[in-house]
Amino acid sequence: MATQHSRSAARLMMAPAVVLLLGWMLIPLTMTLYFSFKKYLPMRGGDLGWVGFENYSRFLSSSSFWPSITATLMIVGGVLIITVVLGILLAILLNQPMWGQGVVRILVIAPFFVMPTVSALVWKNMFMDPNYGLLAYLWKFFGAQPVEWLSQASLPSIIMIVSWQWLPFATLILLTAIQSLDGEQLEASEMDGASPLARFGYIVLPHLARAITIVILIQTIFLLSIFAEIFVTTGGAFGTKTLTYLIFQRVLESQNVGLGSAGGVYAIILANIVAIFLMRIVGKNLDA
Amino acid sequence: MGRITLDKVRKAFGDIEVIPPLDLTIEDGEFVVFVGPSGCGKSTLLRLIAGLEDVSGGQIRIDREDATELPPAKRGLAMVFQSYALYPHMSVRKNIAFPMKMAGVPHDEQERRIASAAKALNLTDYLDRKPGQLSGGQRQRVAIGRAIVREPAAFLFDEPLSNLDAALRVGMRLEISELHKRLATTMIYVTHDQVEAMTMADKIVVLQAGRIEQVGTPLELYNTPRNKFVAGFIGSPKMNLIEGDAATQHGATTIGIRPEHIGISAESGLWEGVVGVSEHLGSDTFFHVKVEAVGAEPLTVRASGEVSLKYGDRVFLSPDMKNLHKFGADGLRI
Amino acid sequence: MARAVTRNRKIINTAVAWGIGLLIFFPIFWTILTSFKTEATAIADPPVLFNFHWTLENYSVVMERSNYGRFLTNSIIIAGGSTILGIIIAVPAAWSMAFVPSPRTKDILLWMLSTKMLPAVGVLYPIYLMFIRMGLLDTRLGLVIVLMLINLPIIVWMLYTYFKEIPGEILEAARMDGASLKEELIYILTPMAIPGIASTLLLNVILAWNEAFWTLNLTAAKAAPLTAFIASYSSPEGLFYAKLSAASTMAIAPILILGWFSQKQLVSGLTFGAVK
Repeated sequence: MATQHSRSAARLMMAPAVVLLLGWMLIPLTMTLYFSFKKYLPMRGGDLGWVGFENYSRFLSSSSFWPSITATLMIVGGVLIITVVLGILLAILLNQPMWGQGVVRILVIAPFFVMPTVSALVWKNMFMDPNYGLLAYLWKFFGAQPVEWLSQASLPSIIMIVSWQWLPFATLILLTAIQSLDGEQLEASEMDGASPLARFGYIVLPHLARAITIVILIQTIFLLSIFAEIFVTTGGAFGTKTLTYLIFQRVLESQNVGLGSAGGVYAIILANIVAIFLMRIVGKNLDA
Repeated sequence: MGRITLDKVRKAFGDIEVIPPLDLTIEDGEFVVFVGPSGCGKSTLLRLIAGLEDVSGGQIRIDREDATELPPAKRGLAMVFQSYALYPHMSVRKNIAFPMKMAGVPHDEQERRIASAAKALNLTDYLDRKPGQLSGGQRQRVAIGRAIVREPAAFLFDEPLSNLDAALRVGMRLEISELHKRLATTMIYVTHDQVEAMTMADKIVVLQAGRIEQVGTPLELYNTPRNKFVAGFIGSPKMNLIEGDAATQHGATTIGIRPEHIGISAESGLWEGVVGVSEHLGSDTFFHVKVEAVGAEPLTVRASGEVSLKYGDRVFLSPDMKNLHKFGADGLRI
Repeated sequence: MARAVTRNRKIINTAVAWGIGLLIFFPIFWTILTSFKTEATAIADPPVLFNFHWTLENYSVVMERSNYGRFLTNSIIIAGGSTILGIIIAVPAAWSMAFVPSPRTKDILLWMLSTKMLPAVGVLYPIYLMFIRMGLLDTRLGLVIVLMLINLPIIVWMLYTYFKEIPGEILEAARMDGASLKEELIYILTPMAIPGIASTLLLNVILAWNEAFWTLNLTAAKAAPLTAFIASYSSPEGLFYAKLSAASTMAIAPILILGWFSQKQLVSGLTFGAVK
């Protein structure tokens, strides 16, 4: 259905979205690059001239840099593993015949509606507080010493909170994918003598490949930039300072825009490395 | 009026030329069928006429006017799609009214035309239903109704019956033929089914790889196929095509003989063979007979009524020499 | 594949699924419950479940403390406005990609998605400066624009996947029937895609509602939505569990209710239209 007429109409109709996103990408990016080569302290003298690559080397040699990369990757990786694995199990469970499936589904989706600031606050205070938190009561009930979650086990705690928010999403996508699995295929494999485990490995899992890719893609996009959860819970302390948060501190807390911008460029590079990986996989899987 | 002329029309997708320059004239009121195997370019050709694709070269004239650059809506043609392409969110009435609404036909006139189309197509009781609530045949009629009310210069049908089951297909075939007789409007009909082509067409255009192999009435194509391809494509079951010594004897590279032009007998005949699979249709019986003298492919032979020959029986075949088709080395009829 | 399953098996499934479902839902349930407790009962040891004196006091305290109505209005305008604006821009783009695909369509789509991977912090300061210069800082309009831009790739992608489900022949039929491009979009494509558009709308309202980076960093008193309303409870008021719970409930209730009422569209929306 492609005539010259419809092709030019298509270009015209795509233009607003493309131009807007191009502007949204390029203008701030150029400005960030510009600032990254300057000593720029808005509260302490403003623009203090060009400094070449000094911001870059300072950001890189700062003691917080590598830990922040580690923290970022740990959070993204941890949440992805937890949500995908639990999501698959939960999706298989929810696909079984049962009473009240609709209600269970509502219960499982609910965390997705909760805004990150709320979920972080609620988890931090009402569950993970070492004195009054519900988990502390639970630990005491079993005679154990309550854990100071957000200082002693800060990274796992944050991974847990974020996983709780994203598990519904993974579960739903995987559930939808499982429901679209052709029952005859499973029956055929059963006739061929495949055990339940073999059926899962050879039929169900390959069928879910595309859905898993989508889960990983979308979650990575959102997880690379999680902010509120850290802002509210630890404020970047106890080894939970992600790259995002580190830059945030440089720009807004220490008001060092030049240094922060250099960090921003690093963050963009990191995101691009991840993006190239993902897009490779996704591009292949999207055609299916 | 609906006289459509294609003048050196050409279509290429990138470097691949799917339709080399092609000339064709479709007279006003004619029922023309484009037939050919899948991928032969017949649907593309129809879409070029409809304006849903741009031509890469050449000219399309509708009633002497150059329509090459006109958008589909301005060509005054109506199209019935393979999937019917009904608007699922509109009732049957709204579906049929849509082209008139787009053309700004006055409301009374719309109602009048809907009523008459519905009556002609047995849709009066279904006007307020949604397409999803209709059977395949009814949907087909709605698609036709939507085309009729436009009072187009010509109707374009793109494999309209291929989604129907066999019984309905025969019925709709008759209905479309009757519609053509009644409206006497030009119709262009694309199909891969040569039976539809034979039964419906005034004129058949056989296409292969974007080229026109032959244009003619159904009987012309049947009786005097211009080349080996048409000979093999038109007719069901297919014409037997024989190469080798049996053909050279008749001064040809290939000879063709239709199943009904071969006599079968248990006692004597030109070729001796062994009966393979037989298909009993009641009125006819088709035997697949293996004849060593003419090659590895079994010959199909038609016998009227019920003939009792079993798998493995020895038989004699005698081709009717008057109806022998001869083709040269270039595949053309001699 | 309607296979008979033994009753016992179904009972076990039900028990396990409900158990896990309730476990996942528990933090929300606990928050809502705590919002009706007094501060003393909220931190009682051992925790109390139902046998406490129910009170609405926390809600009135929260209402007094801050202007909930204004935060709520801001949230509604920002989330709704950015989504509707995004859809208006995305529908034509998605139409082009779905129905007039070119070899570059997929690249453009992936590029659009990749702009979402640009770390927001990396460009926070430039945006901040531009907002000051254009007078958009702490305005609803500013946030509507920013949230529209960050969600636009997702909206385009979702609409694209929904549109691709619509057979191209139907749009061609409309064209043959004399519809112009505009009429084709208005009379045929949009009505046929209503379920998909609804899902897209819902999901993006939720994403925008919960967005907490730009809304926290680009607003102050005037345009702050509920994310900022709740962030003000981070400390030290966070230790007043009952009030924190009341504020939390007020922040998430609108979306929770919206989500539950439109579950069907939402489920399809949550899969971003990408999984059938």
